[in-house]
Amino acid sequence: MRAKALKPLLPAIGVAGLIAVWSLVSWQQWVDPVLLPSPIETGKALWTGMGGALGFDFVKTVYRTAASTAIAAVMGIPLGILLGSSELLYRSLEFVIDFFRSTPASAMFPLFLVLFGVGDETKISVAAFGAILVILFNVAYGVMNARKTRLLAAKVMGASRLRVLFDVMLLESLPQTFVGLRNGVSLALVIIVVAEMFIGSQDGLGHSVFEAQQLFDMPRMYAAIFAAGALGYGLNLLFLVVERRFVHWAGK
Amino acid sequence: MSAAPEAVRLHTPAPSPPTTPTKKPASRPHVTIRGLSKRFDSTVIYDRFDLDIPRGELISVFGPNGCGKSTLINMVAGLIPPDAGQILFDGMRLDEIKFGYVFQNYREALFPWLRAFDNIAYPLKVMQVSPAERRARTEKLVVHLGVKLDLNLYPYQMSGGQQQLVSIMRALVVEPEILFLDEPFSALDYEMTLFMREQLQRIFMETGTTTVLVSHDLEEAVFLADRVLLLSRHPARVADFTPVTAPRPRTDATLSEPEFVGTKAHCLDVFQREVRRA
Repeated sequence: MRAKALKPLLPAIGVAGLIAVWSLVSWQQWVDPVLLPSPIETGKALWTGMGGALGFDFVKTVYRTAASTAIAAVMGIPLGILLGSSELLYRSLEFVIDFFRSTPASAMFPLFLVLFGVGDETKISVAAFGAILVILFNVAYGVMNARKTRLLAAKVMGASRLRVLFDVMLLESLPQTFVGLRNGVSLALVIIVVAEMFIGSQDGLGHSVFEAQQLFDMPRMYAAIFAAGALGYGLNLLFLVVERRFVHWAGK
Repeated sequence: MSAAPEAVRLHTPAPSPPTTPTKKPASRPHVTIRGLSKRFDSTVIYDRFDLDIPRGELISVFGPNGCGKSTLINMVAGLIPPDAGQILFDGMRLDEIKFGYVFQNYREALFPWLRAFDNIAYPLKVMQVSPAERRARTEKLVVHLGVKLDLNLYPYQMSGGQQQLVSIMRALVVEPEILFLDEPFSALDYEMTLFMREQLQRIFMETGTTTVLVSHDLEEAVFLADRVLLLSRHPARVADFTPVTAPRPRTDATLSEPEFVGTKAHCLDVFQREVRRA
């Protein structure tokens, strides 16, 4: 009974442990304080940063990640449905999709730079490119793996192909679509942060991390890393919450 | 077309007990199956198979494993195309009649994103019935069957038996001329199976719909049926088409009545003979 009540607090133990070890290491100066500032210094940098420059960079990164994920979803979901509903089409494109899905999106930076120049378009489109393939693949997979009995049940009631697609296949593929969206947004964030570091960027979390490192402002660098971590975690959580709300039947 | 010797003739008047007034006299078969053939790879499941299914009766299909019990109703219900042969319902094709089909796997056959009520009403949506009428007709069915279920629940919030009951109601909402059930209770525990047998019998007595039930449980097959269709090993023939005369409603007591026990023993005999024949 008591153990059960304490269960929600368990994750806090890991956090507390990490901070404790970190405090000990920086207090004992086992690591050069220039490389590892204390948790308090880092916390301060995070707090003041989020109210200023870091907060601005954070919003920029959120905007780019959201934009690229939105583009990827708008393009990837319909394509995935199309692909998934036709076995022949899927089999003929499977290799191409798999190939580009396996290609590191960062390898596409130079190409996209040539295409779009050094602006937001490049970052967003490279991230969207990476996320589209992940989303598309998952949606197609979800549609293809719709329960046969469920499709048959609709068919036996006289449902047309189009009705089966909209009333059954689409809903059947929703859980897998959300897997795609979650993976897609994670990948988009990775690509955006990398892009912000290297392609003549003026802002964003990637830029913030990189700039702090160049200036040897370690508290700020750690603060930016934590901000990026919080963003990644938060985006994943957001999709999970939305998924639970809309796909209430998943896994049941 | 020459009728094979095992073709079942139904001109013998069916002894229909007075307790089932909804049943029309079996003057004319409801479903006529002629020359039905089906093979899977090199295995011939049906070879020029003929059968008449009488109107307003509940037919149980029973036979050795893999003999094609489910294949038969799946072909009749249009889920699997036959290689050859003709299946007519009062002389009409399947796409000209209304029918209901209940799957064994209710968990995968129901739509988990719809509440039970909307699951039941869904076939009406497919038929493009207006939402108001869908509601009215579904409510009418619920009242008619006297089902006590919270239909606002999602299927995954219900027990297996309740889910299968929802499946059966979904099949009945279109007021089908014929109802197919493919081993509907085999995924349920014994207690629930007994309960569901009673429910199905009640529904059948209420509606009098021609019903074809595939079963792998002889007791269940005999208990529910007006006739038990016993199939041989593949290529399947009609080994026997045994009438079950026990009056409805049948109860637990029916199971131990000599007549019922006799019918069941006879079916078992035929079954054993067919199994050994291989």
